[in-house]
Amino acid sequence: MTHATLFIQCIVDGMYPEVGEAMVKLFQRLDITMDYPENQTCCGQPSFNSGYRKEAAKAAKHYIETFEDAETIVCPSGSCVSMVRHHYPELFENEPAWKNRAIDVGKRTFELTEYLIDVLKIENTDAYYDGTITYHDSCHLKRYLGVAAQPRALINQVKGATFVEMKDSDTCCGFGGAFSTKYPDISTAMVKEKVKNILDSGADAVVGCDMGCLMNIKGYLNRHNLNVRVMHIAQLLAGQKAGAV
Amino acid sequence: MNHDTATKKYVQNSALAIKDEILQSALNKIQSGLGKATALSYQNLDEGPPLRLKAHEIREKTINNLDVVLTRLAAKVRDNGGKVYFARTDKQAVDYCLKVAQQHHVKQVVKGKSMVTEEIGLNPAFEAKGIEVNETDLGEYIVQLAGEKPSHIIAPAAHKTRQQVGRLFEQKLGVPYTEDPPELTRIARKALREKFLTADMGISGCNLACAETGHMTVVSNEGNIRMSTTLPKVHVAIMGMERVVPNLEDHDILFRLLSRGAAAQKLGGYVSYIGGPGGPEFPDGPEEFHLVILDNGRSRILADPKFREILCCIRCSACLNACPVYGKIGGHAYDSTYCGPIGAVLTPLMEGMNQAKDLCLGESLCGACKQACSVNIDLPRMLLELRYRLAYGDDQWETKPVSVVEKTIHQAWALLAGHPALYRAVLTTFALGQKIFPTSKGMITKMPGPGAGWTKSRDIQPLSQTPFRKRFKKLNAQKADR
Repeated sequence: MTHATLFIQCIVDGMYPEVGEAMVKLFQRLDITMDYPENQTCCGQPSFNSGYRKEAAKAAKHYIETFEDAETIVCPSGSCVSMVRHHYPELFENEPAWKNRAIDVGKRTFELTEYLIDVLKIENTDAYYDGTITYHDSCHLKRYLGVAAQPRALINQVKGATFVEMKDSDTCCGFGGAFSTKYPDISTAMVKEKVKNILDSGADAVVGCDMGCLMNIKGYLNRHNLNVRVMHIAQLLAGQKAGAV
Repeated sequence: MNHDTATKKYVQNSALAIKDEILQSALNKIQSGLGKATALSYQNLDEGPPLRLKAHEIREKTINNLDVVLTRLAAKVRDNGGKVYFARTDKQAVDYCLKVAQQHHVKQVVKGKSMVTEEIGLNPAFEAKGIEVNETDLGEYIVQLAGEKPSHIIAPAAHKTRQQVGRLFEQKLGVPYTEDPPELTRIARKALREKFLTADMGISGCNLACAETGHMTVVSNEGNIRMSTTLPKVHVAIMGMERVVPNLEDHDILFRLLSRGAAAQKLGGYVSYIGGPGGPEFPDGPEEFHLVILDNGRSRILADPKFREILCCIRCSACLNACPVYGKIGGHAYDSTYCGPIGAVLTPLMEGMNQAKDLCLGESLCGACKQACSVNIDLPRMLLELRYRLAYGDDQWETKPVSVVEKTIHQAWALLAGHPALYRAVLTTFALGQKIFPTSKGMITKMPGPGAGWTKSRDIQPLSQTPFRKRFKKLNAQKADR
C-alpha cells in the first residue's frame, strides 16, 4: 500500500484549496492513501527569501516537528520543497542536531510530479483533458530541484490533450515572492512577457506546478481580461471525462 | 545619496527603462541571441559542461591563495621589465596613474576595455587635470561621445540603435548622417586612428593576468586594444586583484569559458597578450609598462567566507544575458559600474549594502544567473546572504537593518507558523476581513499596504472561506465510503 503525507503549501491551503482537492482525488484514483497533519503551517520560505533567517528557522523547526514521523511527504510546490531540502540544512549551520533532522526530513519531502514519476514510476494517471496545453517551468522546480521532464511526461499521458511548448518556458514569470510587491513594475514587465508567450503558444490552458507562479500569471490574465485557463498540474491530472468513474 | 534616494532612483530608472522601446528591443536581442547561444555553447564544450565546475575549482583555489599568486605575478612582471603598483583604494590607483601621466607630460590618453577604470572613476580624474581621454573600443567610444556610462559589461552601447549612433556621430564628429554600420565603423575608425597616433599614454583593463608568464590577456571587439597598448610610449594596465590565474593551463580553460560566456564564441574577436615594455627583441611595445593591481574593497570581500566566491567572477557578462530582471531594466537602472546579477552582489559589497540594497532585493531569485555563469558561481546564494545581512544589520559591513516594519511582519508570521491554532484563527479572520476589498470576476482588484504593489497590474485570489485544512477530512473519507 502506498501512503503519502500531504504537505499543502500555505497558498494552496488558503487561496487555492481546489488544487489540494485535486491532489486528493488523484491520489485516491492511484490508490495512494493519505494523511494530512493538521498542525502544518508555512515552510518559512517567505521569511528566508527576505533575509529573515531567524524567523524562517522557527517555521522550519515547526515543519520538522510536524513531518518527521512521516515516511513520504508530498507537496504541490517545487519552491517549498526546495526550501525544505536545500535551505533548511543551511538554516541550522550552528545547530547540528536540528541540521541532521532537517536533512533527514528533506530526503523524504518530494514535489508532486517528482513523486509520481521518480518515486512511484507512474506511467498513466488515467487523466483526460480536452484541449491544448502549454507548460510553465517554475524556477525553483526546474533549476533548484532539476524537475522539468517529469511534469512534461505527465502532461503527455493525458488523453485528449495536445501539448505545445511555449517560448522561454523556463524564464521567470516575475513572481519571486516579495519581489513582486516591492518592485511591481519590473515584476509586471516579466509576467507580461510570460503571458505573451503563453498566448503565442496558442494553448487554451497553461499548466504549472507551483501556485506562486500561477497566482501571478492568473492575476495578470484576470486584470487584462485574457482568456486562458490556469491549472495546477494536480488539477490537470485529476481531470477525467465527464461521466468517468 | 541616502538609501531612500537610491531606491527611488532604482525604481524610477527601471520604470523608464521598461517603457523605452528601443532599449527593450536591444535587451530582447541580447537575451534571445547571446543568452541562448551561450547556454548551447557550454553543452558543446570538448570536455562537456563539467568544465564549468572545474573552472570554478580553479578560481576558488586561486582566490584562496591570492596573496601567493599575486606575489608571483608581480615578480614575473618586474622580471619582464614592467612596474607593478598595488593600489589599496580607488584614489590610490587614480593618483598613481596621474603620477605616471605627469612624469611623461601626457596630454592625450587612449583607453579601452576596462570596467575597472569605470569603477575608480579614472576618466573624470584625468579630465580634471586637463588630460584628454579617449575610449577606443567602439561601444565605449559611442557611450563616451554620448556622455553616458556603459550599460552592459561587454556591449557597453547595447542600448543604442544605429540611427542614434548615426545622429551622435553627425553631431559630435561633424560627419554627414549615415546609419550604415560598416560606414559608421569606418568613421569611428578614422577618428580613433588619429587619437592612437597622437596619444602619449595607453590605458587598458585586463581580462586575465597569468602569474606563470607575467602576461595580461585582453580581449577586444575591434582589435583596438593592440594599438592602445603598443603605440603610445607608456602603457598602464589596471586589474582588479582577483583577475589573476596561476598558470597557462588554468588560463586557457578560463579564457575559453570567458569568450563563451560573453558571446558564445570559441575565441574572442581580438586577443592581445601583453607582456611588458618593448625591447630590442620585442620592438612592438611601449617604452614603459605599468601594472596597477587594485584592491578597492576586494580584500574585505575575500575576508568574508560567505562572499568570497564572488571574486571567482571573470566578468564575462553571461549572467546579464540570462537574467530576466536585467533583460527588462538594462544596465543603467542599476546605476553602478557592475550591473545585472553580478552587480547585484558586487555593488552592495563594494559601495555599501544599505546604499545598494535594491540591487540584491530587486531580483526574483530565479537562478538563471547561476545556470548561465561561465564559472558556475552561486549568485542566488549570495543574494540571499546579502538579504540576511540587511535584515538584521551587520557590524562588520557597517550595515543597518533595512526595515523595522518588515522585521515585525516576519516575526509575527514566524509566531503564527509555530502556533497552528493561532495561525488558523488569524487566516480565518483575514478571510472574513478581505470582503471589504473590491473584486472583479472573483478576484480582488485593489489591496492596501504591502499588497498595493501587486494589485497595480494584477488581481489577486481572495482567501477561501473553506480552506483545504477544513476540507481534507471529508474528502479523504469519501474514498472509504465508496
